Amino acid sequence: MSLYLRALSAILQREALRFLTQRERFLAALVRPLVWLLVFAAGFRAALGLSITPPYQTYITYEVYIVPGLVAMILLFNAMQSALSLVYDREMGSMRLLLTAPLPRWWLLFCKLLAGVLVSILQAYAFLAIAYAFGIRLPPMGYLWVLPALLVAGLMLGAVGLFLASTIRQLENFAGVMNFVIFPVFFLSTALYPLWRMAESSTLLRDICAWNPFTHAVELIRFALYLRLNAEALGWVALTFAVFLGLALWGFDPARGIMTRKTR
Amino acid sequence: MIRSTVSALALLALSAPALAQEVWISNERDQTVSIIDVQTLEVVDTIEVGARPRGIMFSHDYSVAYLCASDDDTIQVIDVETREILHNLPSGENPETFVLHPDGRHIWISNEDDNITSVLDVVERRIVAQIPVGIEPEGKAINHAGTIAITTSETTNMAHWIDTETHEIFQNSLVGSRPRDAEFTTDDKRLFVSAEIGGGLHVFDTETFEEIAEIRFEIPDVHPHDIQPVGFRLTEDMTRAYVALGPANRIAVVDIENYEVVKYHQVGRRVWHMAMSKDETLLFTTNGVSGDVTVIDLVREEPIKTIQVGRFPWGAAYRPAEG
Repeated sequence: MSLYLRALSAILQREALRFLTQRERFLAALVRPLVWLLVFAAGFRAALGLSITPPYQTYITYEVYIVPGLVAMILLFNAMQSALSLVYDREMGSMRLLLTAPLPRWWLLFCKLLAGVLVSILQAYAFLAIAYAFGIRLPPMGYLWVLPALLVAGLMLGAVGLFLASTIRQLENFAGVMNFVIFPVFFLSTALYPLWRMAESSTLLRDICAWNPFTHAVELIRFALYLRLNAEALGWVALTFAVFLGLALWGFDPARGIMTRKTR
Repeated sequence: MIRSTVSALALLALSAPALAQEVWISNERDQTVSIIDVQTLEVVDTIEVGARPRGIMFSHDYSVAYLCASDDDTIQVIDVETREILHNLPSGENPETFVLHPDGRHIWISNEDDNITSVLDVVERRIVAQIPVGIEPEGKAINHAGTIAITTSETTNMAHWIDTETHEIFQNSLVGSRPRDAEFTTDDKRLFVSAEIGGGLHVFDTETFEEIAEIRFEIPDVHPHDIQPVGFRLTEDMTRAYVALGPANRIAVVDIENYEVVKYHQVGRRVWHMAMSKDETLLFTTNGVSGDVTVIDLVREEPIKTIQVGRFPWGAAYRPAEG
């Protein structure tokens, strides 16, 4: 096995171990979207009104509408959780150990990213299974089609998390990230309301939502669940991934980024 | 060899094209009929028809469609193949709904403004009987034996039982407020009548004329006043009723053996009537205010598509494939 694959395997194993030992984290990641689906959605049923927006071919209930957004929510929270663990690793020194491996830094960070995304995907499927049990039916092939969308969207959100991890110096600051990143990103997207609904209250809000990369991640997942490719969303997600991965690599560069700031 | 191939091709070219399964929708406000191909679930044609088209149905051999052009006071006969209006039939004033007798010759019509049920002979093209009924007659049904016709009257809140031989009312049954539609079960033992304002689906025994059940509807996030049963369809095997609930924007699926609602399907705004495919796998609902038709897969038990049609779609009729 090449050194590259050994590093990937080791990082995946570490992430899997962490996943298996932290069952509470797995449950917490599921409880959040399930509360939205089963409690909030009941009160927000009228929020959607009666309309048909692509990729839907007919009228749908609000519960059906928010499923892709909640799947993306799992990816988003997990990406931030991974970022948190990176900050923790750095404080504990294990990050330094990882980055000293005789492999390109980008590969090590990518492995870390991928491992986090794979765990997120497992959680997303667990959520979809529970949603199915509560009567939310998606096209059967949609469960398969959504896999690449989950991977791409997960990588994009993971890259954002990686970038944030490269800028956050202390664990305590992560609460700030929760407030200033997760909530605006989630609420200013199409996860909970379609764009036309946003436009009814404010065109500015609609425009912000339309620019939000998380919106594109949600739409990529939504279309994939209904066996359609949203090329525009894929393009934006890929671009965001490339930009934030580049920024994260820059941030983790000992010569320029966070490492310099930390030793100052 | 070449000659036989050529003649085979010529025969093929000359033979009439096979007609696909279709659903015809009357658009009350547009004065058109939209034709939906059941295979592709797309509108393939739109026909200009008379004023305020509402009730629509096919002849038993599916060669022509009959259409109530309410504001033109006529019933139009449309050729299914050419999609041209062949002729108009007398109907009495303001025909809204109708039903074709099992003999295929007599159409029983509700004349909403005249409080009359007219009987039209489509062969002789004349009204052969006019029966005074309650105020604002609407729903129509004839039992499978062809012996009893039902007219529901919206304002009198009654179902009138009419002998199809003597053309006389022999029984009246009180129903919930504003009865809209009526249908007999396949074995003719039960009559179902929907009550729009009353909010229930009433079931009568056809021997005793007594009401034996009333099915009520409850949807958690819909105000009870918005649950208004209008058009409905019963399955051949007498297990299910599909009920349009008007402004509740839902189709209720009712178990008619136990008189229990088993499911609600979300459809467009103000659902009126519906048509079911012959194999009872697809249901097409006319959503009046949203101007579309929702297709419900009755096997998967879920709406699969909503198709834009004309303004205020009202009636729907299914025609199987032919050729």
